[in-house]
Amino acid sequence: MLAHRTASVTVTLRNSCRACWLAVPGLVWMALFFLVPLGLVFAVSFASRGTYGGIVWEFTTANYVDLLHPLYGKILSHSLWYAMLTTACCFVLGFPLAYMIARSPARWQPVLLLLVMLPFWTNFLVRTYAWMILLRHDGLINHVLVSLGLVATPLELLYTPTAVVIGLVYGYLPFMVLPLYVAVERLDPLLVEAAYDLYASRWAVFTRVVVPLTMPGIVGGCVLVFIPSIGSFITPDLLGGARSMMIGNLIQHEYLVARDWPLGSAVSFVLMAVVMAAVVLYYRQGDRSAGPVERR
Amino acid sequence: MVLTGVALLPLALGLSGCGQGVEGELGEARPILHYFTWSDYVEPELIAEFERREQVKVVVDTFSSNEELLAKLQSGATGYDVAVPSDFMVAIMIQQGLLQEVDSQAIPNASSLESHLQALPFDPNGRFSVPYLWGTVGIGYDSDILSAAPDSWAILWEPRYKGRISMLNDQREVFGAVLRSMGQSMNSTDPLVIEAAKERLLLQKPLVKTYTSDHYDQLLASGEVVLAHGWGGQVARAMAERPSLRYVVPKEGATLWADCLVLLKSAPQKALGMKFINYLMEPEVAAHTSERLRFASASRPARQLVSPAVRDNPAVYPPLDQLVRLEWMRDVGKGIRLYDRAWTELKMQ
Repeated sequence: MLAHRTASVTVTLRNSCRACWLAVPGLVWMALFFLVPLGLVFAVSFASRGTYGGIVWEFTTANYVDLLHPLYGKILSHSLWYAMLTTACCFVLGFPLAYMIARSPARWQPVLLLLVMLPFWTNFLVRTYAWMILLRHDGLINHVLVSLGLVATPLELLYTPTAVVIGLVYGYLPFMVLPLYVAVERLDPLLVEAAYDLYASRWAVFTRVVVPLTMPGIVGGCVLVFIPSIGSFITPDLLGGARSMMIGNLIQHEYLVARDWPLGSAVSFVLMAVVMAAVVLYYRQGDRSAGPVERR
Repeated sequence: MVLTGVALLPLALGLSGCGQGVEGELGEARPILHYFTWSDYVEPELIAEFERREQVKVVVDTFSSNEELLAKLQSGATGYDVAVPSDFMVAIMIQQGLLQEVDSQAIPNASSLESHLQALPFDPNGRFSVPYLWGTVGIGYDSDILSAAPDSWAILWEPRYKGRISMLNDQREVFGAVLRSMGQSMNSTDPLVIEAAKERLLLQKPLVKTYTSDHYDQLLASGEVVLAHGWGGQVARAMAERPSLRYVVPKEGATLWADCLVLLKSAPQKALGMKFINYLMEPEVAAHTSERLRFASASRPARQLVSPAVRDNPAVYPPLDQLVRLEWMRDVGKGIRLYDRAWTELKMQ
């Protein structure tokens, strides 16, 4: 058993190493444009702000100490809450959609997937402005609601937390649907049928067969939605009316308005650490719940 | 087919010319001037006119805040010749050694400035900057909704207008307004004063529909808000769509601002840059700019050339008797952290 495993690992290694040089451009790219800037941000987070902005290279931990102020914890928890809510909404909306696409006739699937991706052809900022027009006091949504008699007076939709969540869910839904589609597409329909044959209820089929088997897609989709939504700043500014801050707004504010790059860098690093921790935790949980099923 | 051949002929000749190393052709290519300005300050016709006149090419690049301008220059962006920072940013750029002294001989049009723009606190002798456009920050309001014309910042705390007020999404301007309403300087760095100002803003927040520096003109024009804290010129542009809009500078005082033409120390085309500054300050050109952008020109003779409708609009040309109650925004150095903290607290309530 062990020997067999070692052998297969060696073979994989040898195979992958033959193609190693193919990865060089990608690795160089990542090193130059990801690791180096990341290192710079890390270094700057320990520097001080000059009187007129800019960076003074005097080592200090003051930026991190400043972040201990409860205000920043509040911004972080506020952002986590919005990101989790967005992820949950995307999952609830995205799962049935992905399931429907994966189970529709094969020739329709590319078209349906294209429709999911279609919004990406337009700039995100433009689409956010479109939402502002839709959500306005005298916008299309209120117009429809009033003329259908569902509400007596137009609702205040724009510049509310609801508008922020709508904007975030709208923006990141495709990131949820695509990995879920892949997972559902791989799910063997016979297993679902077998569950029914064994008298599982619909709910039991969903929670004990479908969800565990599509767990990699669920985890992937949730991570892909969670990460960009926690750092978003355009949506809270435009749809939320800049009435509150998410951590992305704080970073943007420190860099571009306060010209305090060291503090902005420290915030960025704390955010990265939190996101990293959340993702690792999530993957572990995903492994635990998916693991036993696969072994069976 | 024949036409294509003819069209390609000069190109072919040009190419062979290059091959033979005729350097003169390349050396005499049209010089390029790089102009770095506000995204809403670009007047293509005027740029084209300068290009024709001087046989040059002008490349325009834009920024949307003073901080963005500074950040780009501080992080080593070079190649720009002329830029348009605002008052307090001129002071910072002088301190940072980013500006080239301008030669007043080369810019004769800078000698006929509006009298209150001749000696400015941020560049007292005008060695580094030429004031270009100027104005105030005040309140735009809908006179159809507000029966009496407001004269105080207090109107922005009026519960009657809950949800129909917009404030600039700019910490210094928002604090500036409330500091003036408290009888303080908008450049205060007293922590207690800033804390008190924050408390007042917290009281106001439930009334505020949105904090925005970009589209309050549309909100005013569409009637979504009836009171907007903002720059005069932008309110003036909204007036074209909704004639019932008015603009007032509160009696407690407000911001006086001036965007200035400067030559960068790193400018590759210094002489051409000064020619360009002089061109923009020509009375006719300045008047045209003022007319189109709805901001007051710093050029005194230009005032006579703009149409009376624009000249007499207090949102564009602030009445001169207002000057005594206006204040320049200054950089507060490390005091900015006080504003930052208070602003973030305001947003997180």
